[in-house]
Amino acid sequence: MDFALTDDQKMMQDTIGRTLERVCPLDRVRKAAADKELYAADVWAALAEVGAAGLIVPEEHGGVGQTLLDAALAAEMLGRSVAPVPFTASCVMAPLALMGSGSPAQQAEWLPRLAAGEAVAGVAVSEIASGARDGAGVAAASGKLSGKALFVLDAGGADLFVVADKAKGLHLVRGDAPGLTRSDLATIDATRRVGELAFDHVEAEPLAARDGAATLGRMIDAGRVVLAADILGAGGRMIEKAVSYAEERKQFGRVIGSFQAVKHLCAEMVAELEPCRSLIWYAAYAFDAAPEEASLMAAHAKAHTSETGTFVARTATEVHGGMGFTDLLGLHYWFKRIGFDRQMMGGPERVRADAAALQGWV
Amino acid sequence: MDLAYGPRYAAFQQQVRDFAATYGARAPRGGSMAASREWQQLLLEHGYAARTIPKEYGGYGAEPDILESRIIAEEFIAAGLPMGMSGQGISMLVPTLLELGTEAQKKEWIEPTIRGEVLWCQGYSEPGAGSDLASLTTHAVEDRDDFLINGQKIWTSSAHFSDMIFCLVRTEPDKPKHHGISYLLFSMKTPGIEVRPLVTMTGQAEFNEVFFTDVRVPRSQIVGERGQGWQVANATLKYERGMLGDPNQAGTRFKQLVEMAKTETVDGHRLIDSPVWRDRLLKLQARVLAMQFHGLRLLTARLTGENPGVAGLIVKLMGCELNNQLAAFAIDALGELGVLYDGSPHLRAGGNWQRNYMFDLGLIIGGGTAQIQKNIISERGLGMPREPKLAS
Repeated sequence: MDFALTDDQKMMQDTIGRTLERVCPLDRVRKAAADKELYAADVWAALAEVGAAGLIVPEEHGGVGQTLLDAALAAEMLGRSVAPVPFTASCVMAPLALMGSGSPAQQAEWLPRLAAGEAVAGVAVSEIASGARDGAGVAAASGKLSGKALFVLDAGGADLFVVADKAKGLHLVRGDAPGLTRSDLATIDATRRVGELAFDHVEAEPLAARDGAATLGRMIDAGRVVLAADILGAGGRMIEKAVSYAEERKQFGRVIGSFQAVKHLCAEMVAELEPCRSLIWYAAYAFDAAPEEASLMAAHAKAHTSETGTFVARTATEVHGGMGFTDLLGLHYWFKRIGFDRQMMGGPERVRADAAALQGWV
Repeated sequence: MDLAYGPRYAAFQQQVRDFAATYGARAPRGGSMAASREWQQLLLEHGYAARTIPKEYGGYGAEPDILESRIIAEEFIAAGLPMGMSGQGISMLVPTLLELGTEAQKKEWIEPTIRGEVLWCQGYSEPGAGSDLASLTTHAVEDRDDFLINGQKIWTSSAHFSDMIFCLVRTEPDKPKHHGISYLLFSMKTPGIEVRPLVTMTGQAEFNEVFFTDVRVPRSQIVGERGQGWQVANATLKYERGMLGDPNQAGTRFKQLVEMAKTETVDGHRLIDSPVWRDRLLKLQARVLAMQFHGLRLLTARLTGENPGVAGLIVKLMGCELNNQLAAFAIDALGELGVLYDGSPHLRAGGNWQRNYMFDLGLIIGGGTAQIQKNIISERGLGMPREPKLAS
């Protein structure tokens, strides 16, 4: 029995973390936000160079052939650095779609490019994972898609989209397909790009080598785990920032971190967040090693880490006092990243409803 | 990550299952002390109690192996068998003596304690020394070969039926408070000891006040040196905090809550069919799972000798809080039935949820309050500065 990371995993996570510290300081994030970059291409290239893009892609397709736990560890680092790069959809969910239901030709065409970070894939599954809003929904008929998809993850600069239709069928749509209208949805989080896709009889390739609905379920499970890990990283960084701010800021003649009113907030944050790490590790492990538990664990990891993330985000901001509220300090990038992650692939109430159904409680 | 046990531990697991099948019928069913001691004897023989205590002190003498302990606990829970006797002597004093006691003390006290023949209570807190335990004032002065003890303890669980006490007393009044304390062992039958039961909000007397008037204790009954009692006490507290945050209890309680939600009905509808109750149950389930996996992570860290850091310091705070929240769910789910008590008609589970809800609050406070835990987490875990001392 071994509930721990391997040395390889620790090393991989450390490499990604150090790469991000080097290429993705807060100033770089600010620039990406100010210039409305689709994603930070230089940061993405540096990450792809250390294998971050192809973590779960099989080696035969140019990836590293690792598990979802490895992807979750990478996501934690991305959340830590609020990295403006396409990961959840492009490097986890889309590869899983291709690996699960793609034909050999589809896999050979796209997996190596995704694994190398040379292509970006957006994923349009919000209508299934979170529920349809504003009349969204895609219908498939005779190989063509019509309708609209909202909250398409990693849509910025995507070369390819994996689209779920209303019947849970999966399709590949090229980014430049005729009849496809792409628009960017401005969100609170300037570090990730979500889009809206309008389909007017758009040519699509079915991903139908194996049952699409089952693959879709796996994609959503993995997306939930990876978003939870992103929150874990962002929340952990917010706690570190709160602790170091409280150790420097003086009021009433002493550092505010010596006041129990302040340090107990820090204790509460870390006490809530550390068990999330254990839950995320297990959920990620179960995805590969205990598939019968995977959906339930992914749901719990997503919902519980989202709740905890919200608590950490507001509490860490409060510890920073008025400074936490300013753009100058930039803490809000983490605050908004956590807020974004919370809603994508299903907010806590939605995901817990899934968890109830999975246990036969509904 | 690999949660499979592997062949060696799978074989051990089978061995425990065989024991449960063979001897399960002999498990004590009521609360008789004689039956508990008999069961304890059986467990000692098979190495399912005091497993790692050396043979010369009456234990089974196995190498410490956290995984074996876990398998024993899991299999006993699965088979519905009671674990061996616990209590402050077995869980707290015995490991302390093994770490810091003299050879004579180990020989004299460990065997009868693990056999359940000698029951202990813990004399730590005082009316004026709770969170600030080191300010305790119960004092012992040397009088020829004895210590002469005067003072008062409070929150002393099981003092009313204990044979012995491990007790903190001030022996060096002139030294700084942490350096003036000694750790003594003595009989609760010693003249000059008066035990008054302390009835709590549960309606029962789980605790006592203990008064000492010229209590005479041989000087040899000290653990560690004079003035080193604080270090000895801290060794004991470490074992207590491990005992109080156990996530397996939360897992067992959660299963009972699901069962309750599936069987209790309001207006003929099961609670679990209501999205409101389901959502609350699911929030708790995530917490229970998180703490169980967290326990596995800490267990692995202990196995590999890795320091878990702040992750290890949160268990008492989070575990006790979670248990209380689980009981709180039960009471709310029962609604008006949840305020029934003391053998009332319609009472569920003998009033255990009500009792647990109240008693758990005691556990949140005892063994280092939630606020003291937050000091420990922030100071030792996050490296934050201590509250400045008042100039005296």
